[in-house]
Amino acid sequence: MSKAILTLSQVNKTFDSQDYQVKAIDDMSFAVKTGKVTGLIGPDGAGKTTLMRLACGILTADSGKFEVMGIDVTKEPLQVQSQIGYMPQRFGLYEDLTVQENLDLYADLQNVAKDKRQARYDELMHMTGMSPFTGRLAGKLSGGMKQKLGLACTLIRSPKLLLLDEPTVGVDPVSRRELWEIVYRQVQEQGMSVLLSTAYLDEAERCDEVVLLHEGKLIMQGDPDEFSQGVNGRVFQVRVENSKHRSLQQKLSQNPMVLDALIEGEGVRLVMIEQNEQSVPKAEDLLPDMVKANKKVNIKAVAPRFEDAFIARLKNKQNSKGLSIAEIQVSGSADDEVIRVEDLTRKFGDFTAVDKINFHVKRGEIFGLLGANGAGKSTAFRMLCGLLPVSSGKVAVAGMDLRVATASARRKIGYMAQKFSLYTDLSVKQNLKFFSSAYGLRKEAQQDRIDWALETFELQEYQDTNAGNLPLGYKQRLSFAAALMHEPEILFLDEPTSGVDPLARREFWQRTNALAEMGVTVLVTTHFMDEANYCDYLVIMSKGKILASGTPLDMKNLARTEAQPDPSMEDAFIYLIQEKEQPDGSE
Amino acid sequence: MAVNKTSARNMRLMGMLRKEMWQIIRDPSSIAIAFVMPVVLLFMFGYGVSLDAKNIPVGIAVEKADMMTQSLSDSFQQSEFFKPSYYHSIQEAQQALEERKIDGIVWLRSNFSENLQAGKQAPIEIIINGVDSNQANITMGYIQGVWQSWLTLFSNARGIQLSLPVVLEQRVWFNSALNSRLFLVPGVIAVIMTMIGSLLTAMVVAREWERGTMEALMVTPLSMKEMLAGKLIPYFILGMGSMFISVALAVWWFGVPLRGSFWVMVLVSALFMMVSLLIGLLISIVSKNQFVAGQTAIAASFLPAFLLSGFLFDINSMPTFIQGITYLIPARYFVAQLQTLFLAGNVWPVILSNAFALLVMLIVLAFLVSSKSRKTLE
Repeated sequence: MSKAILTLSQVNKTFDSQDYQVKAIDDMSFAVKTGKVTGLIGPDGAGKTTLMRLACGILTADSGKFEVMGIDVTKEPLQVQSQIGYMPQRFGLYEDLTVQENLDLYADLQNVAKDKRQARYDELMHMTGMSPFTGRLAGKLSGGMKQKLGLACTLIRSPKLLLLDEPTVGVDPVSRRELWEIVYRQVQEQGMSVLLSTAYLDEAERCDEVVLLHEGKLIMQGDPDEFSQGVNGRVFQVRVENSKHRSLQQKLSQNPMVLDALIEGEGVRLVMIEQNEQSVPKAEDLLPDMVKANKKVNIKAVAPRFEDAFIARLKNKQNSKGLSIAEIQVSGSADDEVIRVEDLTRKFGDFTAVDKINFHVKRGEIFGLLGANGAGKSTAFRMLCGLLPVSSGKVAVAGMDLRVATASARRKIGYMAQKFSLYTDLSVKQNLKFFSSAYGLRKEAQQDRIDWALETFELQEYQDTNAGNLPLGYKQRLSFAAALMHEPEILFLDEPTSGVDPLARREFWQRTNALAEMGVTVLVTTHFMDEANYCDYLVIMSKGKILASGTPLDMKNLARTEAQPDPSMEDAFIYLIQEKEQPDGSE
Repeated sequence: MAVNKTSARNMRLMGMLRKEMWQIIRDPSSIAIAFVMPVVLLFMFGYGVSLDAKNIPVGIAVEKADMMTQSLSDSFQQSEFFKPSYYHSIQEAQQALEERKIDGIVWLRSNFSENLQAGKQAPIEIIINGVDSNQANITMGYIQGVWQSWLTLFSNARGIQLSLPVVLEQRVWFNSALNSRLFLVPGVIAVIMTMIGSLLTAMVVAREWERGTMEALMVTPLSMKEMLAGKLIPYFILGMGSMFISVALAVWWFGVPLRGSFWVMVLVSALFMMVSLLIGLLISIVSKNQFVAGQTAIAASFLPAFLLSGFLFDINSMPTFIQGITYLIPARYFVAQLQTLFLAGNVWPVILSNAFALLVMLIVLAFLVSSKSRKTLE
């Protein structure tokens, strides 16, 4: 079974965009093994989706040869399409059809014999845990359920090759786990070959083989373990007693020998640059001032992880500079409570979206609001920002209710909306100009801030490009910059990293950390569980209620068992959800 | 796979049809377009637009009242076309005209009775508000009509032989009562069918693009032809349903006679409906966006059908260039067919020549649609 199911030789694909030409696939050649799970990884714009679409014949290569199951997909797309299963990023479920009607439609379209259907339906519905919901409209399912139904629809005919384009984006951790169980079972039982693209590196790590793409080029292909070995001997964990991990991380990341520094648990994880002779770095070299101050610096070599290798590979490519962010002046002492929420409740008709939640946030803290889609995070968030009236309870931000606060009071607040509310027809510069003048900045002060934003967020190259044509990572940067134009003391960030690739996410958190170091209070929502590690304090929400609150370590301790001595944030989340609620499939 | 080629194709087509049926049933908007819109539009046009002159407000300025002026005034009073008001001087009447209280003035000078009795010509003067030239012509015609019949009556009563110019006797064919509603309703049906046909399909393909279902459909063995058939068949049925509602309303509510054959009408309607649906499909395939598709469908089908089909505005009085454009408007042919079938009967030359034009359009559109709809995202 070592024959290739997918072969590319010198494939090229170019798209014409308004302002420039994009080489989505640049002279790419490789093969995907039969009967294996292969993961496509890479930052946004690497060409992952284009590759998938070429493989199923809905895009045509400009040149080169692309064979799927031995068939030239450029010449015989229909023949390929009748043997593969493909799940696009937004799977084509008909929301006004029930679960059963969706299954029937795809069974008809894929010509599954009528007498064989029922057994397959039963099997799939059982696997996805959706048997009780076959009569429900697909539009009324939760995000995770929709995704599972999408997968079920592509699997009705048991395709020889399954193509999955970011199947778990926006899916809660529990459904994500179930989704992969189904996929891996198909591979084992039916010998199905799978090609998937993902932004979650833990998913990539579980694949039999990974293919790393960057800007349309193949960077490497191989076993994930082999991939991780590339940074062997370069990964360390650093802990310093009585020192905040955030300032530690900042110091370390400015060190030229350090390629990447990441907050992890109570310490900082380091990936060192490649050297001829790799050895454990000395504390004096890494943190000279801490050693001088007689602090105990503990440096320990750790086994490399997939993510370390991924970041190391791409950072080499992108010749990274250290990120810098200019000082923001914040008054007040570190122990002030800047956000206070008491018995906050919001009802929409009979439905209680947020049910009596309580928490407070201190100055300079990064406070995380976590939960699956529909948990009530965004509703709570909007009430905090004064965008939505409360049904009952109290909200105070910097001592005031933002719904009735004056414009000058609002100047203390910065807000970054979930969908990056930028004017897509305005250029980067025009957007910045607009947002800064909305906060009353004029003339030189305004020009200074715009220059600052362009430099800090490395947007100079794109300053005259329309915001709508920016790559996703840059949109996020611009949106973040727009929220910071007036130097706010409190920042509200709603799903700032949704749909953004791992590299851009890291950059984003580095900037956020730097802001928190300066005393800016940050309230952030996310559904990436690993990002919870960056928070000082967090609450996990589910069905409008707070399931648990505490520091990241507290959360992980909850899920710590003998069988699971080192749980991840995601393990903690799944533990909490399964412990405290009964899933019923609805939103 | 155990299924053979034809039954595999039928299975896919049936799957699409079933899906569209569920979507139509669950989405009230297409039902509303098909069954509510024709009723609303028919009533709006049936009652709101009328080209008949009735109760035209007209001023009669009488400078010196006597028996004769009284008799003429009575004639206007009795006519169903006029609602006269009386003035004692031309100045008062002119003021009323300026204020748009009246649309025209019949001016009887102080020497009216004298001149008339002396047998002199043109003793009355008519002033018409010409802002709406069409209306002005109609008003003028009716005033002359009243004047002449009064004159005839007057002379007969007195036994005087008046030297009148040739007296016209009008006879109108097919719509003998000259009721513009009878003439308008078939045209309105044509406009409604244009709009419904293209709106129904304009939304459906664009919706698949917008909701991301198109990408998933493409990666199934479903061919583009099967997809298009799956879209056309259900909306054709829906469109014909609304056609029947419109015809029923026309005949039983508005009392428009159906002089031609019902089945011929069904046939030409089916042909026209296919043309409209294909226009909608073409818009939908090209725009890939429901909002744009909806707007384009209205701009590209409803407006030209309304303005250039000849149902409201006479094509022969348009500039030559615009007349040329009307040949590209399918509704033009359908309006001619429907008006003929309703008011005249099975006039084969009219029906067949227009059907031929529609058939040519159908073939061209079918070619365009199938060449534009390829299984690719580009």
